[in-house]
Amino acid sequence: MTSLMKKLVLATAIVAAPFVTATSAAAEGEKYILVSHAPDSDSWWNTIKNGIALAGEQMDVEVEYRNPPTGDLADMARIIEQAAASQPNGIITTLADFDVLSGPIRNAVDQGINVIIMNSGTPEQVREVGALMFVGQPEYDAGLAAGLRAKGDGIGSFVCVNHVISNTVVGERCRGFADGLGVDLGDSMIDSGQDPSEIKNRVIAYLTANPETDAILTLGPTSADPTIAAVKEMGIAGDIYFGTFDLGTEIVNAIKEGIINWGIDQQPFLQAYLPVVVLTNYDRYGVLPGNNINSGPGFVTKDALGKVEEFAGQYR
Amino acid sequence: MSDAPATDERVKEISGLRKALIRPELGGIVGTVAVFTFFLLFAFDSGMFNAQGIMNWTVVSAQFVIIAVGACLLMISGEFDLSVGSMIGFAGMMIAIFGVTMEFPMWMAILITFVICVGFGALNGYIVVKTGLPSFIVTLATLFILRGFTIFIPQTLERKTIIGGIREAAEGDWLAPLFGAKIFGGFFQMLGDAGIIDVFERGTRQGQPVVDGIPMLIVWALFLVLIGHILLTRTKFGNWIFAAGGDPESARNSGVPVDRVKITMFMFTAFCATVFATCQVMEFGSAGADRGLLKEFEAIIAVVIGGALLTGGYGSVIGAALGALIFGVVQQGLFFAGVESSLFRVFLGVILLFAVILNTYIRRIITGER
Repeated sequence: MTSLMKKLVLATAIVAAPFVTATSAAAEGEKYILVSHAPDSDSWWNTIKNGIALAGEQMDVEVEYRNPPTGDLADMARIIEQAAASQPNGIITTLADFDVLSGPIRNAVDQGINVIIMNSGTPEQVREVGALMFVGQPEYDAGLAAGLRAKGDGIGSFVCVNHVISNTVVGERCRGFADGLGVDLGDSMIDSGQDPSEIKNRVIAYLTANPETDAILTLGPTSADPTIAAVKEMGIAGDIYFGTFDLGTEIVNAIKEGIINWGIDQQPFLQAYLPVVVLTNYDRYGVLPGNNINSGPGFVTKDALGKVEEFAGQYR
Repeated sequence: MSDAPATDERVKEISGLRKALIRPELGGIVGTVAVFTFFLLFAFDSGMFNAQGIMNWTVVSAQFVIIAVGACLLMISGEFDLSVGSMIGFAGMMIAIFGVTMEFPMWMAILITFVICVGFGALNGYIVVKTGLPSFIVTLATLFILRGFTIFIPQTLERKTIIGGIREAAEGDWLAPLFGAKIFGGFFQMLGDAGIIDVFERGTRQGQPVVDGIPMLIVWALFLVLIGHILLTRTKFGNWIFAAGGDPESARNSGVPVDRVKITMFMFTAFCATVFATCQVMEFGSAGADRGLLKEFEAIIAVVIGGALLTGGYGSVIGAALGALIFGVVQQGLFFAGVESSLFRVFLGVILLFAVILNTYIRRIITGER
């Protein structure tokens, strides 16, 4: 029996060996781990992966991307604890929920690991967890700017298609937009879920029930792509005022076709690329920028699509 | 065969060693050894086996253990619960709503939540035994219903889907530490002072150890395994559980209250999910509408790795706990081994499949098939 066990253990090792050796291609330099809050299904984060990979290549450091597969923030906290235990030179992470993540991040900082917060979090929170800086787009302000812009275009009511209803930070975009328009958010935020066909049908259902809606605001490619299909199907593409956060291939095409009036680019590439560069230079030469870096908002309209188109979904 | 009264020709003679090995948890034991061997070989110096690393995968495994114990007993009794993940989200949210939004004392919020959730478990069980529908379908409905409430209630009351401030609300409470405290802090401080485990280098907790105690989550996990194991192997009720899952008709005919057993097991599963949720909100201080997604499958996987049969009537709590340990160690270990994140699930799937096949194979060798 014990020989059987030995055989099994050996077999396990043999079966698994090619997997492990194939994946741990270690660079010699510093090691940085980026932890995101995105579920696997969120395509927007692909740009982030490409961004850190490029920075890793250019700075000659080892970078790793990790995320909780279902987007469960409690799982993300465990991943940050895990990242700290593996003693990297720095951790780049989002602050999607301060209550859940502040403890693990604070622990990493107190162990002497440098932390940069990217994408979500407020400057106050970033200071409180002891991170070096924040690189990202202040969400409420971006929403407010978009709302003011829409108000200038004569918009009075809107529907916000929220595919990450449980992420309070992203919800701030809708709140900001409503405040910019000067209307109450009320029931104009719908929980669309993550499934493309469900999103499409919920948008159709909402617009059918509320035909007087002036504008649509989507919060990313996940909700924008099916919404584009929805307005096409309803025959109101190009008629209804349509703005979106974040860019993707479909969104860029829709901007070109005049279906989407503008996209707000928070330039995720910078959110991934800059922290790696900043951390590496801080580790090597002790230099550090004196303030947080705002990666957005940048309005992308029909007039400025060249570079965006070229790199949509890859670096934009 | 001798004529000694101690022997009986109807009972097959088996060697002591073989008897010791014929147990559902054997596959789990072999799997655990294999997984640890594997990570000791491939991730030994990655921080996986320093104090922090050990605490990391232990906590993750303990989470799986808590829900696996409930799922295991329920599965042995022949039923499924797919609403475990939603129940975790729902229970956490209830604690937040009662304790933070409505400002009830935390102990009351926790107790009310337990009552509501175990009530939902009883309802699951009641519908299953009364309608004769597969529990798969009934609890799938509960999965959606509970997840829906988890999003709707805080949206309506608070206009947001994450409610924080639970830790502050739980301060000075008598019941909350049972789920959120850490024990043996002094012992870890000693280890830290002695340089056996790392200490914080800077900040407000400079000089304190990076691992400052055993979270109650782990204590709960051990407690539930112990209770579950004793219940299943040492009591009449344990035999009823096996009987209810193995062959409900003949169990009924021999006087086993099958319906009551099944409803009780559904309640116990809900209880375990609520324990998980309470520990989680006490640790993290907030409840979110997306907590616990897919946890029901993680529980079922852990139970199956641990040697239980999906069809009921066979399994062990110790096995399920080992399955949970394997799952937790593999999941966190893959991060330590530096596996490419996009391939992460491929490895998880391959290793889990391998563990289950190994398990089945061993079970067949030993029991001559069940």
